[in-house]
Amino acid sequence: MITTDICIIGAGPVGLFAVFEAGLLKMRCHLVDALPQVGGQLSEIYPYKPIYDIPGAPEIKAQELVDNLKKQIAPFAPTFTLGERVETIERQEDKSFIVTTSDHTKIHCKVITIAGGLGCFEPRKPAIEQLEAFEGKGVTYMVKDPELFRDKHIVLAGGGDSALDWTIYLSNVAKSVTLVHRGDTFRGAPDSAEKVFHLAEAGKINLVLKSNIVKINGNGKLNEVLIEGSDKTVTTMATDYLIPLFGLSPKLGPIADWGLNIDKSAISVNTFDYSTNIEGIYAIGDINTYPGKLKLILCGFHESALMAHSAFKHVYPNQRLSFKYTTVNGVNAF
Amino acid sequence: MINITVLNKAGEERELEVPEDMGLNLMEILKANEYNVLATCGGMAMCGTCHVQVLEGMDNLAAHSDAELDMLDTLPDAESNSRLACQLRVDENMHGAVFKLCAEEDVEVA
Repeated sequence: MITTDICIIGAGPVGLFAVFEAGLLKMRCHLVDALPQVGGQLSEIYPYKPIYDIPGAPEIKAQELVDNLKKQIAPFAPTFTLGERVETIERQEDKSFIVTTSDHTKIHCKVITIAGGLGCFEPRKPAIEQLEAFEGKGVTYMVKDPELFRDKHIVLAGGGDSALDWTIYLSNVAKSVTLVHRGDTFRGAPDSAEKVFHLAEAGKINLVLKSNIVKINGNGKLNEVLIEGSDKTVTTMATDYLIPLFGLSPKLGPIADWGLNIDKSAISVNTFDYSTNIEGIYAIGDINTYPGKLKLILCGFHESALMAHSAFKHVYPNQRLSFKYTTVNGVNAF
Repeated sequence: MINITVLNKAGEERELEVPEDMGLNLMEILKANEYNVLATCGGMAMCGTCHVQVLEGMDNLAAHSDAELDMLDTLPDAESNSRLACQLRVDENMHGAVFKLCAEEDVEVA
């Protein structure tokens, strides 16, 4: 079991800055994020997007901001659980919490801070009949361990970079690889697209263009996909696995089940300290809502500071907090 | 004023009047009219969360940019009439167009 003072759910810019604010008050933080890397939507969706409204940074790329935040929090040595989604939170008798993730990691903490942005990033699912019924039974939305697919028949669907990259990679691992794509050209990296066409010409993969998977079948486990061509004819193909790769989409996920007051997919908070209706749980950044809320990174930073000062009272109920400026003795003097 | 028609995911239809001289794009118009469009990337054609289908008036709209086509290529429900609302500048060519929201989020209410 991981033990910490504050468990921060969401490792986007606001979650990262919350580590800094908590660190100034000598509180330990553990961050959990469903994505395999920190940075949230900045790193996942638009790492090269310029941002203009960060004080002191007239123009900064999204990933550069994340990298700077990582440097800024390094002195406080936060710990991370990445690639796992928080599923449950349980209140303990002493008012602390146990947070459990999708991979059964348990984190014992005194305070929970939800900095979940738009929620969890979940795979975009195509409209294929019976798709969800076969999840974990042959349908998977990511390739965590390519060895799982060794000597198996694989069908991938999609036309972006991940569909191209995994088609190329798995062509050396699987018994057969079929890539089904709606169009007849690929707009992913030109080099990857060229490799895929070469592999198809060499007979190393099956390339099914201008087609969509419309249905899947199996008996307890996936065993075939039905592919509809542009002429509406449907062909059946036997397969062990289907891997739809259509990117990620944000969803609120299990947060909706934790007993928090939710208003239009956001958590209602008290603007005094960004606390929720559950004592010891805070919500900061894009995931919260209150009158006048602006979904801006800089507002999330401000919320982090107020949250940390309130959280201090939960972590150290018997200590008095004296306010200090970082300019006096640097960050390590706190 | 530009008049457009918007169908939400439930199929409910609304006529919107849009000022043409404000330099807004369709995504901003949809958000201003309280459609639950995430537009996660803020209008950079990078997230696909403002995906619409053009039911009428497709031929009058400006051509797709490369970035828009790249993004549409990754959306499982994209069709030949798909566009990203953030890439559609509102001008007189949009008058009379009919859009169907594909990426509108279901709002969870406590």
